[in-house]
Amino acid sequence: MVDALISHYNYWLIIILMMLGLYVVVSRGNLVKKIVGLNIFQTSVFLLYISLGKVSGGTAPILTGKPEAFSNPLPHVLILTAIVVGIATTALGLALVVRIRESYGTIEEDDILISERSQDASDINGSSA
Amino acid sequence: MNFIMPHLPVLQVAIPLIAAPICVLFTFGGHRKLAWLFTLAVSWVCFLIAGALLSRVLLDTDISYAIGNWPPPFGIEYRVDPINAFVLLIISGISAIALPFARLSVEKEIETDRHILFYTSYLLCLTGLLGVTITGDAFNIFVFLEISSLSTYVLIATGVRQDRRALTAAYNYLILGTIGATFFVIGIGLLYMVTGTLNIADLAERLQPLSDNRVVHAGFAFIVIGMGLKLALFPMHVWLPNAYTYAPSLVTVFLAATSTKVSVYVLLRFLFTVFGPSYGFVNLTLEFVLLPLAIVAMFAGSITAIFQTNAKRLFAYSSVAQLGYMMLGVALSNIPGLMATILHIFNHALMKGALFMALGCVMYRLGTISLGSMKGLGRSMPWTMAALILGGLSLIGVPGTVGFISKWHLILGTLEAGFWPIAILIVASSLLAVIYIWKIVEVAYLENEINQEKTLNEAPISMLAPLWVLVILNFYFGIDADLTTWVARNVAETFLGGGS
Repeated sequence: MVDALISHYNYWLIIILMMLGLYVVVSRGNLVKKIVGLNIFQTSVFLLYISLGKVSGGTAPILTGKPEAFSNPLPHVLILTAIVVGIATTALGLALVVRIRESYGTIEEDDILISERSQDASDINGSSA
Repeated sequence: MNFIMPHLPVLQVAIPLIAAPICVLFTFGGHRKLAWLFTLAVSWVCFLIAGALLSRVLLDTDISYAIGNWPPPFGIEYRVDPINAFVLLIISGISAIALPFARLSVEKEIETDRHILFYTSYLLCLTGLLGVTITGDAFNIFVFLEISSLSTYVLIATGVRQDRRALTAAYNYLILGTIGATFFVIGIGLLYMVTGTLNIADLAERLQPLSDNRVVHAGFAFIVIGMGLKLALFPMHVWLPNAYTYAPSLVTVFLAATSTKVSVYVLLRFLFTVFGPSYGFVNLTLEFVLLPLAIVAMFAGSITAIFQTNAKRLFAYSSVAQLGYMMLGVALSNIPGLMATILHIFNHALMKGALFMALGCVMYRLGTISLGSMKGLGRSMPWTMAALILGGLSLIGVPGTVGFISKWHLILGTLEAGFWPIAILIVASSLLAVIYIWKIVEVAYLENEINQEKTLNEAPISMLAPLWVLVILNFYFGIDADLTTWVARNVAETFLGGGS
């Protein structure tokens, strides 16, 4: 049991990080903090991919002519793409937060919900009038 | 021509991808109309390519295209078979029909200085959706999924000129969409961990002996949940109503008709091609997870739709119910059930395309789509409202419309599986659709007009023409369903015949 914990410590760390990130996204009402949580969550997946490319005793995947064990470079390359996607998502998310702040005057989810509810109510009243 | 033909699979994606940055160049000099014409031309080229691909795979064999000439499974492979050629045709076809409608609608609903960037995002969204569908590489699906999602968030947020809630709708979709896509990529990572391959055909082969592997089970769960979020499967649909309601009309038409369908396709691909119904855990998931959720979606979506006061939100909730029908067909996992899903992917694109386009026409003239303001609209905008009602009939599943064809096969599927109570539930939930369509009939035809001081005109012909094309297609494929059922049967048999 302890052996299983120790020999797979990277996965345990990744799972903890993943749950932390997801928890932050769900529990925080602040829109910027939600994006921070989303970043932690995505980073844990990057680490998952990177750590599964490791071959024990392997070196960097560079052709040296000598027959050596080397780490699998493919997951690393995949994650470069995923990092780019993550940056684009963060940038877009933050841009949206800026616009939300401009039109609602707040970035707290609860306050936004209150002003949206009153807008919903005025929609219904306005239409039935 | 012979020089181009073998490269059609890659051109399908590369043309809109390259067109997007070219479109930005129209900003110099502000050629808004040119940007629209350019997008329209690109859409039509994509549509023609998709048509050529579909006819080739139906009459000939599947196409495998190695990107950069790296042979699969090492390089990225684009693989075209009847199912994804069919989905490609739906995506590009809806885009080709929706864009003539787009110019006036976009002119009205989006800030003038944003038009060119709007069309650029639209092209990127089209690229992403086509890419997800055509690629035969699991990680590539994620990349294209994110291309389409990121541009979708932008497109939804452009609805801010009408209503600031478009911003929060886009933000919520961004959070949930990213979680969904990340779950999907975790699943792909776990499968890669066990098999060491990302090519879908290769994955399917290497997963065969691994049906008891825990990592494979976990990967499967992550993929199903991730795609469930993207396709708005019932408890994960919360992003959908607001996103559809506050997005500009064109975006709603395009998203409702294509984006969730692409996720349904990816789920089908993983359930039936990669894992296959012979896996015990796939069957368990279908029967004990997807089947109940699909039935709850059918009712929850329709019942919530009845109580909406905003016409767009009403049809957004009805989309949740319709996705329930699609998932029900998947969950039955017999030939008529799967045929119903594939037919409904096509049929629902036609009906929701028509319905949201009709609402776009209302928005263009009225500036709002709340039911209260549509009173008596049947008299001032007869063509638009008639289209809305005819689309609604198709949604209910009246014989002679496409809705009937998909529900017919769905009921056949439930009977074949021996679940006759579900057949009754399908009919019952269709009756709920009658209620919310009747609400619109009542408002539009039976009540007096409210704005008597300003006379409303019918929507312009450039918006009505594409709308009526879709309405007529709703009836054409409802009466003569030979072509679509043939394709659907072909696809369903490949999926269930343990096809590669």
